[in-house]
Amino acid sequence: MFPPLPNPTVQPTPAVFGEQDLIRRSASSVPAPARQLTPMAKLIDVSKCIGCKACQAACLEWNDLRQEVGSNVGVYDNPSDLTPDSLTVMRFTEWVNPETQNLEWLIRKDGCMHCADPGCLKACPAPGAIVQYSNGIVDFVHENCIGCGYCIKGCPFNIPRISKVDNKAYKCTLCSDRVAVGQGPACQKACPTQAIVFGTKDDMKKWADARITDLKSRGYKNAGLYDPPGVDGTHVMYVLQHADQPQIYAGLPANPRISLIVEVWKGVTKYAGLAAMAGMAIFGALHYLVTGPNNVSPDEEEKAKHLAGGPAS
Amino acid sequence: MNMELSRRRFMVGASAGLAGTTLGALGFGELEQAYAIAIRPFKLTNTTETRNTCTYCAVGCGIIMYSHGDLKKGEKSEIFHIEGDADHPTNRGTLCPKGAALLDMVHAETRLKYPMVRKPGSDKFERVSWEVALDRIARLMKDDRDKNFIAKNSDGVTVNRWLSTGFLAASATTNETAWATYKVVRSAGMLAFDNQARV
Repeated sequence: MFPPLPNPTVQPTPAVFGEQDLIRRSASSVPAPARQLTPMAKLIDVSKCIGCKACQAACLEWNDLRQEVGSNVGVYDNPSDLTPDSLTVMRFTEWVNPETQNLEWLIRKDGCMHCADPGCLKACPAPGAIVQYSNGIVDFVHENCIGCGYCIKGCPFNIPRISKVDNKAYKCTLCSDRVAVGQGPACQKACPTQAIVFGTKDDMKKWADARITDLKSRGYKNAGLYDPPGVDGTHVMYVLQHADQPQIYAGLPANPRISLIVEVWKGVTKYAGLAAMAGMAIFGALHYLVTGPNNVSPDEEEKAKHLAGGPAS
Repeated sequence: MNMELSRRRFMVGASAGLAGTTLGALGFGELEQAYAIAIRPFKLTNTTETRNTCTYCAVGCGIIMYSHGDLKKGEKSEIFHIEGDADHPTNRGTLCPKGAALLDMVHAETRLKYPMVRKPGSDKFERVSWEVALDRIARLMKDDRDKNFIAKNSDGVTVNRWLSTGFLAASATTNETAWATYKVVRSAGMLAFDNQARV
């Protein structure tokens, strides 16, 4: 068993990370941080998940959110999709393994993956609405959010949701407030089968290796770790029984990448546009210095008055 | 509002606006802007911790209840967060979905907080004291047992059965409580019985 983290203290504790550890800030820049925090990660072992949704309940409770009671859509997914309140949701897939003809119930905990190369942050036009810390946490700053929804387009996993109440985008914070005092996320603490574990990314990879070895010994020869390189790896990783085909896990993308449109629009186009604007300003200034203002000569003034039918002076 | 606006003045205003936003886009605008706080302050700081056992099932998971308000200072205390107790040998900090959502059960308006009785013919429950409730339960049980107790079956074998009353007992009890409950109920002859000792 993974050793449980100690209970949180109620004594005032200084946060172990904060604004000084920002490495990226949407539509703006941050000074290079003085230190590099140890990258943290949450490891979700799909093979150990029993689909009890304790993580969902703990997430709602810790974040002071309550999901409105909905209606059953015929499957176990409840709610049927992520919402501004439900920052995580279990996705259930019934899959018949073509090799064994066994019905496998694949249960994936969906939520923000905390990409090392976050598409939401790159797409975001609001300065400081999305930030990334050097420990890997990607967080939304709702005060700065303008509710445009670009983060949804930018996200390769389709995670953020816009609230109809305050028109701002919401997603999992990896419980940044808990991590800041040395705790794990609320979902991780609640998980009764330890399908969710939390620690440094290196430790999580080691733990995953042991799990994968175990799964392989049980006949899951394609078991593996999901840490997609297309987004430079994620800080929420999965252990999958069938890592060769992640799409069977409720459409987990096999090779997630930030949309080309976002990359071009927020990359080349943005800098080209800024260069054009700066060029125009410089051109205007130079033109003024060289040619001077466009004055109307008395002769032209006279002609204009004549054309307008006024009395010539 | 009517305003005299010449074409020249309009062009000047529009240009100034464009120049301003351009400067902003080029990154001169936020030198003074302070970073908004993204990380929520840890909400358990300076709160009262109370250890307890989850009320739901017979597994008996350890929980910690966090509350605001100091009872010693005469303030009203209110539980605002419950999570698993990592030091508890049963659950090592984990909880099931019901346990993880215990807070809403604590604050549920429909939660039973004291003995209530619905009298024969009445359509609503009324609050009664523990004294009244226990006396009434004991009285009714005694009457029922006196009337329906089966000491011997048709073959004359002593069976000491009391089949007309059942007993449903709590789960989150200690071994000693469960043992005492079992002894009381079985020695009275009751067969319909469910509590933690069955698990």
